[in-house]
Amino acid sequence: MIGGLFIYNHKGEVLISRVYRDDIGNAVDAFRVNVIHARQQVRSPVTNIARTSFLHVKRSNIWLAAATKQNVNATMVFEFLYKMCDVMAAYFGKISEENVKNNFVLIYELLDEILDFGYPQNSETGALKTFITHSNTVVTGQIGWRREGIKYRRNELFLDVLESVNLLMSPQGQVLSAHVSGRVVMKSYLSGMPECKFGMNDKIVIDKQGKGGGSEDVAKSGKQSIAIDDCTFHQCVRLSKFDTERSISFIPPDGDYELMRYRTTKDIILPFRVIPLVREVGRTRLEVKVVIKSNFKSSLLAQKIEVRIPTPLTTSGVQLICMKGKAKYKASENAIVWKVKRMAGMKESQISAEIELLPTNDKKKWARPPISMNFEVPFAPSGLKVRYLKVFEPKLNYSDHDVIKWVRYIGRSGIYETRC
Amino acid sequence: DTWISTQKKIHSQLSLPVYPLQENRQFGSKMTDSKYFTTTKKGEIFELKAELNSDKKEKKKEAVKKVIASMTVGKDVSALFPDVVNCMQTDNLELKKLVYLYLMNYAKSQPDMAIMAVNTFVKDCEDPNPLIRALAVRTMGCIRVDKITEYLCEPLRKCLKDEDPYVRKTAAVCVAKLHDINAQLVEDQGFLDTLKDLISDSNPMVVANAVAALSEIAESHPNSNLLDLNPQTINKLLTALNECTEWGQIFILDCLANYTPRDDRESQSICERVTPRLSHANSAVVLSAVKVLMKFMEMLPKDLDYYGTLLKKLAPPLVTLLSAEPELQYVALRNINLIVQRRPEILKHEMKVFFVKYNDPIYVKLEKLDIMIRLASQANIAQVLAELKEYATEVDVDFVRKAVRAIGRCAIKVEQSAERCVSTLLDLIQTKVNYVVQEAIVVIKDIFRKYPNKYESVIATLCENLDSLDEPEARAAMIWIVGEYAERIDNADELLESFLEGFHDESTQVQLQLLTAIVKLFLKKPTETQELVQQVLSLATQDSDNPDLRDRGYIYWRLLSTDPVAAKEVVLAEKPLISEETDLIEPTLLEELICHIGTLASVYHKPPSAFVEGSRGVQHKRLPGSAGSGESVESPDPGAAATETPPAVIPSQGDLLGDLLNLDLTPTTTTGPPPPTTSGMQMGAMDLLSGGLDSLMGDESEPLGGDIGGNPAMGAAFGAAPATMPASFNAPGSGGLDDLFDLGGGVGMPMGALNPPKAVWLPAMKAKGLEISGVFVRRAGVIQMEMTLTNKAMSVMTDFAIQFNRNSFGLAPAGPLQILTPLSPNQSIEPLNNLQVAVKNNIDVFYFSCQYPISMLFVEDGKMERQVFLATWKDIPNDNESQFQIKDCHLNSDAASNKLQSSNIFTIAKRTVEGQDMLYQSMKLTNGIWVLAELRVQAGNPNYTVSSISLKCRAPEVSQCVFQNYEAVLKN
Repeated sequence: MIGGLFIYNHKGEVLISRVYRDDIGNAVDAFRVNVIHARQQVRSPVTNIARTSFLHVKRSNIWLAAATKQNVNATMVFEFLYKMCDVMAAYFGKISEENVKNNFVLIYELLDEILDFGYPQNSETGALKTFITHSNTVVTGQIGWRREGIKYRRNELFLDVLESVNLLMSPQGQVLSAHVSGRVVMKSYLSGMPECKFGMNDKIVIDKQGKGGGSEDVAKSGKQSIAIDDCTFHQCVRLSKFDTERSISFIPPDGDYELMRYRTTKDIILPFRVIPLVREVGRTRLEVKVVIKSNFKSSLLAQKIEVRIPTPLTTSGVQLICMKGKAKYKASENAIVWKVKRMAGMKESQISAEIELLPTNDKKKWARPPISMNFEVPFAPSGLKVRYLKVFEPKLNYSDHDVIKWVRYIGRSGIYETRC
Repeated sequence: DTWISTQKKIHSQLSLPVYPLQENRQFGSKMTDSKYFTTTKKGEIFELKAELNSDKKEKKKEAVKKVIASMTVGKDVSALFPDVVNCMQTDNLELKKLVYLYLMNYAKSQPDMAIMAVNTFVKDCEDPNPLIRALAVRTMGCIRVDKITEYLCEPLRKCLKDEDPYVRKTAAVCVAKLHDINAQLVEDQGFLDTLKDLISDSNPMVVANAVAALSEIAESHPNSNLLDLNPQTINKLLTALNECTEWGQIFILDCLANYTPRDDRESQSICERVTPRLSHANSAVVLSAVKVLMKFMEMLPKDLDYYGTLLKKLAPPLVTLLSAEPELQYVALRNINLIVQRRPEILKHEMKVFFVKYNDPIYVKLEKLDIMIRLASQANIAQVLAELKEYATEVDVDFVRKAVRAIGRCAIKVEQSAERCVSTLLDLIQTKVNYVVQEAIVVIKDIFRKYPNKYESVIATLCENLDSLDEPEARAAMIWIVGEYAERIDNADELLESFLEGFHDESTQVQLQLLTAIVKLFLKKPTETQELVQQVLSLATQDSDNPDLRDRGYIYWRLLSTDPVAAKEVVLAEKPLISEETDLIEPTLLEELICHIGTLASVYHKPPSAFVEGSRGVQHKRLPGSAGSGESVESPDPGAAATETPPAVIPSQGDLLGDLLNLDLTPTTTTGPPPPTTSGMQMGAMDLLSGGLDSLMGDESEPLGGDIGGNPAMGAAFGAAPATMPASFNAPGSGGLDDLFDLGGGVGMPMGALNPPKAVWLPAMKAKGLEISGVFVRRAGVIQMEMTLTNKAMSVMTDFAIQFNRNSFGLAPAGPLQILTPLSPNQSIEPLNNLQVAVKNNIDVFYFSCQYPISMLFVEDGKMERQVFLATWKDIPNDNESQFQIKDCHLNSDAASNKLQSSNIFTIAKRTVEGQDMLYQSMKLTNGIWVLAELRVQAGNPNYTVSSISLKCRAPEVSQCVFQNYEAVLKN
């Protein structure tokens, strides 16, 4: 199991050092000297130094490293390190050197609680707050992620469907790969121990129901259903129930949590299409034209659109003309960044650039990195729709109707690239 | 559903980010802690001392925080020990925790003073607040001072039975801590039993921690039956699995993976209960579930519907892992690499998800590339090549190299793509980017090997780049090409001569290659290159200190001077085909790594013993036995412990060689290399002795010249000769064994020269020094089981006896025998011709199992009458007919018939239909089962490659075995 856990700043100074097992020796220095001070690109997140294994992650400038002498479950250690980051973020916000120093006592308390002899223990923020807020009540219940006796005057639920749509397109407009990875993020303020049931337009569920109902029903709903490649759930969801009935039922944690993640690859709505045209004029000039087309209902508005066109390292000057928004050549990033605040569906816009190049005798060709795009749209590119979210709390006197529920869909670009 | 549509609008008016985390701040302690990091002035310790002894609670707390901050940055604040410990008696939980933290760090350096804390701990363990009870027992376990552990026992005993589950789960882990400090104490105090009881606890978190603690303790006692996994406990674990935290699920799944189900039904039912875990958000839960499934799947019959369903269920979660954070992706990819090698079918349609993204970290890119090559097939090769071409223009040198190499691998793997691959490689060579060119040349060499006389036209282009090659591998590859195609390259002698100038500065790889290439050149163009060859031979033999090089030089020299014709035959011999896959992990290691999915071993692709110190790593895990693979799993379940041993190949070079190889195994029996390593060594030595000579000469198989790295193990082994005693153990009339062994190291009985190879049935490590290897033969109508018993222990072994378990054909030893405890019932997954044997001596009883060739069951009167044959053939239902293909068999029908006759397979009739010879054959097993066969042979074409065979039998189970026998006989 984990033998020790260390947090360093970018210089390799130790901010937190908690040793769980003696066998790791002076691991805290070994990692600093061999990995942080090596100042090279990280070639592997797992390093073995003098028969001690180090698994590390980085959050902005902060290094988190776990050390061990044993054949630990590496996946678990990384999951734990991420979880540790989440927990810290939930307690004091961004993980920065300042915040870590400001909260070091708290972090030690947390580490004492969520890692015992190197074994991860309950790490749900909601439940942790009962241990680490200095109140002397409540302990391990049957359900690790929710404490008993929660009360709200107003029972309220917020549900966000957050999707990131990923695309890799060839210069000719052929989709090389596309997938949506989505998350259903909830914020629940419910009293007692409520049972929830969540329903969406999952093709398997709809098809199953369709068999019972009339053919009209199938035609109507079948069209809107989506095929989910795979999904994973928060630990509160009864997985065996999902496995047999494909129904999503759970007792929710209190506050924020991510109910599920899913991935789809079929019938994705690609909100934008990027059409690049790159022409090399002689050895010192490059002409680039990029057209973007929005591909969704014209009543909807996409926001925060940004197109990033990489330029060669030898660029000496750039001239830009764009129909909409603002475009800038950023020499430090070797890219032209074109920003458009808003754009309605079924529209088209373009940018042209003339790039001057320094003459070089470097034989190596420019690698032409892909053109990438960022945006945000108010719908789910996968086509996912929330059908219901029912709440039952048999012991307290509120019913499903009394719960105020909110839902929202946000589609964002993940890695949305077009090769040129 | 209406609530959504009515309320959507209001909500969407909120701007992003939606919900600020206002409540977060209250948990951070006042935003002022960082100041503790900055107090570095002199006299600090004295000041702190004063503050710690202050009457004001707040000031005390502040002081302790400063102490902890100093401790964190590595300052020695141990001098404050008594003052800090004085603060321990407090109601303030935060202060208490800080003091405990200090204690854990310094108690070991101040053991006497640490005793001062004991009273408080003991008192805290009685506190009404369960948080304080748990905190006390948790901290006490972390104080590794012997004197304190004595006091820990009583509180721990109470806490293990505490009414509060939070305390119990903490106490469970504390047992593991205590065991790490003083294992004997834990055993004496009976904590292990209490821990075992906790597996039945009502709270799932307690169960999970108990499982984790027990697993860890069991790891350091490989032979203890601590984690007594039986169907009842498994059921308890599976129930807790559904309810406990994500981490608990991982502990339980990792523990489950060590269990070996009794049969395929149990295996399936566990799989069914584990599969829902594949939808867990925590990747570690998913991968641990995959591990359990991959392992238990081995036991499922492949024709089972459920088997196919399970295979399909595995792909989506594995793909999902690739959308996790990069570090997790890396771990997942390393594991997928193993999974793809073991079961390529799972991900064969998922190539696209392994395409490299521009922003992937380099470690993810490299791993993806590896998997892309493994998944490349005719169906997806066009896409793969297009991708690889993109990658070859990237920036990272390692990545580009790997991409170039991958293009070459594709050419070798998918013949249809070879031409495009070669032209892509030529394009890349034209870029003149140094490392791209070198990498391309290395792979083109392999392409030449794979497709001789097809792409040699590109040699001219390659030769143009001769000067830019500065890496040994590329130089060696180029030299190989020049030597191999010397007759087509006009100035081959000049080219090679140019390398010869700096001969001594080259790496060994290049030197060896150059030597061979020049000898090849000489054999092809003897007239003009005599001087050159003499030059290289003298450089290699007289001026070199490298024994490999010198020996190779001498061999060539002698060969050329004694018999140039033979030299030509050896050096220019036809080369064996190169394999399509490279970097495949050796099967036994792969099996072990599959058992370690998700762990560091699967990331390193090394067994735990390679990087874990002490006893924990020694245990080797195995997949449960199925068709012809794997030794038994290290399982406490004795029933499953007797699966078959892989037939470790010992060459049929006669007894001397066999014994030599046995010697090889002996030097360290106690701490000796584990079985898989041993067999590797064995193979190495065998290579050197038998096939090694060819490879030494003309043929630079895969690793260019690498396989000649002399094997000193052989020489060393001669010194430590053990008492090896070959004994022929005939089934009828045994009993002489005792006497034989009393001779102790006497001369072995001579054995027949025609012996088939013996396989190690029972490795010495498993049988307290007794190694048994053996073989089955049929001589003069009698089935004989010949065994070599080797005593590798220090003491004399006596009182041998043997017994067979009940088996499919009722084989039994034909002598008076002692009755032993029966073995567990035969498992259905084992092959029919599996024999479970028990051998006893004065030390213990050992069980092992081995397979006998079915041919020894064929009796001499197995020739059926023609008429009877026809009738029987019709009589047996068609369902019982099995068809097989025998590939690469170069025999005509008569030769085949003769060969088969010698193993009691009789040809009854022969006819020729459409240029095919049909042989009708029969054989009879000892227990009276008749097997009828129709063998179809392509007549008139001596080079036919495939013949097919139909087998009919009333007991169709034996068909597979019979077919294997056919194949063995015909190909031999």
